[in-house]
Amino acid sequence: MAKAPKSSTPRSPAENHDFALGSLQEEFEKSKRFDASPEQMHKFYEQMLLIRRFEERAGQLYGLGLIGGFCHLYIGQEAVAIGLQSALDGDKDSVITGYRDHGHMLAYGIDPKVIMAELTGREAGISKGKGGSMHMFSTEHKFYGGHGIVGAQVALGGGLALAHQYNEDGGLCLAYFGDGAANQGQVYETFNMASLWKLPIVFVIENNQYAMGTAVSRSSAETEFYRRGTAFRIPGMKVNGMDVLEVRQAAEIAFKHVREGKGPVLMECETYRYRGHSMSDPAKYRSREEVQDMKDHKDPIENLKKILIEQGSKDEELKAIDKDIRKLVSEAADFAENSPEPEASELYTDVLVEEY
Amino acid sequence: MAIELKMPALSPTMEEGTLAKWLKQEGDEIVAGDIIAEIETDKATMEFEAVDEGTLGKILVAEGTENVAVGTVIAMLAAEGEDASEVAASAPESEDVPGEGKDVGRDASEAEITKPAKKTDVKDPEIPHGTNMATVTVREALRDAMAEEMRRDERVFVMGEEVAQYQGAYKVTQGLLDEFGPKRVIDTPITEYGFAGIGTGAAMGGLRPIVEFMTFNFAMQAIDHIINSAAKTNYMSGGQMRCPVVFRGPNAAASRVGAQHSQNYGPWYASVPGLIVIAPYDASDAKGLMKAAIRCEDPVVFLENELVYGRSFELPELDDHVLPIGKARIVREGSDVTIVSYSIAVGLALEAAEQLAEEGIDAEVIDLRTLRPLDKETVLESLKKTNRMVIAEEGWPTCSIASEIVAICMEEGFDHLDAPVTRVCDEDVPLPYAANLEKLALIDTPKIVKAAKKVCYRD
Repeated sequence: MAKAPKSSTPRSPAENHDFALGSLQEEFEKSKRFDASPEQMHKFYEQMLLIRRFEERAGQLYGLGLIGGFCHLYIGQEAVAIGLQSALDGDKDSVITGYRDHGHMLAYGIDPKVIMAELTGREAGISKGKGGSMHMFSTEHKFYGGHGIVGAQVALGGGLALAHQYNEDGGLCLAYFGDGAANQGQVYETFNMASLWKLPIVFVIENNQYAMGTAVSRSSAETEFYRRGTAFRIPGMKVNGMDVLEVRQAAEIAFKHVREGKGPVLMECETYRYRGHSMSDPAKYRSREEVQDMKDHKDPIENLKKILIEQGSKDEELKAIDKDIRKLVSEAADFAENSPEPEASELYTDVLVEEY
Repeated sequence: MAIELKMPALSPTMEEGTLAKWLKQEGDEIVAGDIIAEIETDKATMEFEAVDEGTLGKILVAEGTENVAVGTVIAMLAAEGEDASEVAASAPESEDVPGEGKDVGRDASEAEITKPAKKTDVKDPEIPHGTNMATVTVREALRDAMAEEMRRDERVFVMGEEVAQYQGAYKVTQGLLDEFGPKRVIDTPITEYGFAGIGTGAAMGGLRPIVEFMTFNFAMQAIDHIINSAAKTNYMSGGQMRCPVVFRGPNAAASRVGAQHSQNYGPWYASVPGLIVIAPYDASDAKGLMKAAIRCEDPVVFLENELVYGRSFELPELDDHVLPIGKARIVREGSDVTIVSYSIAVGLALEAAEQLAEEGIDAEVIDLRTLRPLDKETVLESLKKTNRMVIAEEGWPTCSIASEIVAICMEEGFDHLDAPVTRVCDEDVPLPYAANLEKLALIDTPKIVKAAKKVCYRD
């Protein structure tokens, strides 16, 4: 148990002899599920379902050749983005992630049309069709991408956190990465500086069990990812990433810690992606039964649906939500298919900001 | 409304595949997520998952069929309330309008590709008559530029190894900690990839970081952030997300530090769209361009030279000495041959010009100052005048700035050439440690003189 600090003057992490890896986990264990209001629960359900349906449709459009290149779907991991981002202060906080980024954008309520149009490479896309699935940004929402180099977003997130601290704006940065990226060297370089400088950042490892086709046990000497900040005295949290209420509760605890100026938190969300790493992944490294078992027993949307029904929601009501979302996604897909591609004159725009 | 199930593309390059197996039969109820069929390509077998709910209607492509083109309708799915048995192949494909989406894009037309206009008539600001000229070192000029910009803009800060308490490994940041404090002059651990990423992210977040590399040799560990994160973001975001960061530090050969510490990265960075690359020679350019770099909305790689840090030059004492990026400077006018150069080699080129003058050859010397965007107009203008050109570069010859200048002269100045454009660079070897071998490997004045005489047919 952490003792009260002896003085209030800032100390370097190395002088903090009270460091305990599990200090936040202890608090989390006392009450693991967020006490959501019925309205919040419905909102979580709708948002997760929107990601699910959007991604299913994206997969379909990919199959039709309308989406090219790489397309990494978020199906199965919806509770992570929704649980965490619902706890953000939208005016202050920033978010950054890797290439599996559609869900994080939808969690902001960004229009599915401009996201889908980016996936199809159209001028109405959020990056004017020049970024694609892996490179999308919304500075308006303080969503800083959408990065294709595995692990790069962790150091960049450290920079966003530095800007929050420098500007004293009270914001924090939420930096997502996967179990695969967790083996990149720059992640630890960033952990070191983030802890040393007490940067306001929450590192979230979305552990979906496979780095492309390599199971965590085949790639990682330490598979308990929440422990990976120990060497830098960063408290770790282990969270069931298939339960939106648990993720949200963990977010509350982690964000509070960071906002109090106590430095970074490392949160591991255990989750599962139902689809392949990208659309071109045949997923032969795991059994069909394993995937089916997850879908049958751990599905974040089905599990929340059960709670909603127990609490009195009607089946028809939930079906109507699904219908509305399907319609929204259908419209986004039509829009993305029918919007024109960028003008050839866009080829040389935005390379530089200024003229020389 | 019945839904067409089409042969999916399972990879970016797949055009056709084998419909290996139907896992659902006509009349089966389908829910989203069900695996309907298995598709084989030459690379893999993949599962075809249902997205919509309904009843499988007519199967139009039998299992075992090979070479099924992507997009072929392979079955029909009857929606709720429809009779599956009556759902057959549906309406013909709607006509594709070029440019209006679908698979067909706009026709690429060269005429429509417009490159951004280059600013013309950009000149260095006039120095008012009577301005006092101070003698300062390049080191002091760089430090003063940073300090002035830090006073001017609260968002500007410096980070890097030994920049604060140690006062800079090469003392370029001397005194900054005292004036601006540890919030704005940040000592980092030895962790180039990490702090280059943090600096880049801070720029994305609205700050104006100056990231010092102790030398650009160490920036190799960080080059991913310079190129993939800083240079490409504005483009990939359709102009939404800027990255106004300056990466600076000494570049190229120092003295007797061996191959790993002695390399000119100018050509590397200058090849990357989205970056500004500056490599000044004297104190006035170092100060004026550093101030411009810090104010610039684009990411800048600012290449200094350790051997030049201590050299003194005249610098106009002005309140705000800012020079234009992307503009070369004629440092010595001449009419017989042009020597194009940048960074430390400008000093050698000027020495060579003096020696050539003694032999009756009047050389013009151009300092490129900015390597990207390259001021080819000034280079071609000079070629038009002298008809002969040598490029003096302290760096390897292959794929160099010199090579680029040669290409520009071939493509755009061919009619003005009276002799082949000639590269004078370092030898094409890793830089050796032994004093005699190091000397042999590096560019020097006699080599430039020799090449200039050769293109003047005076050897």
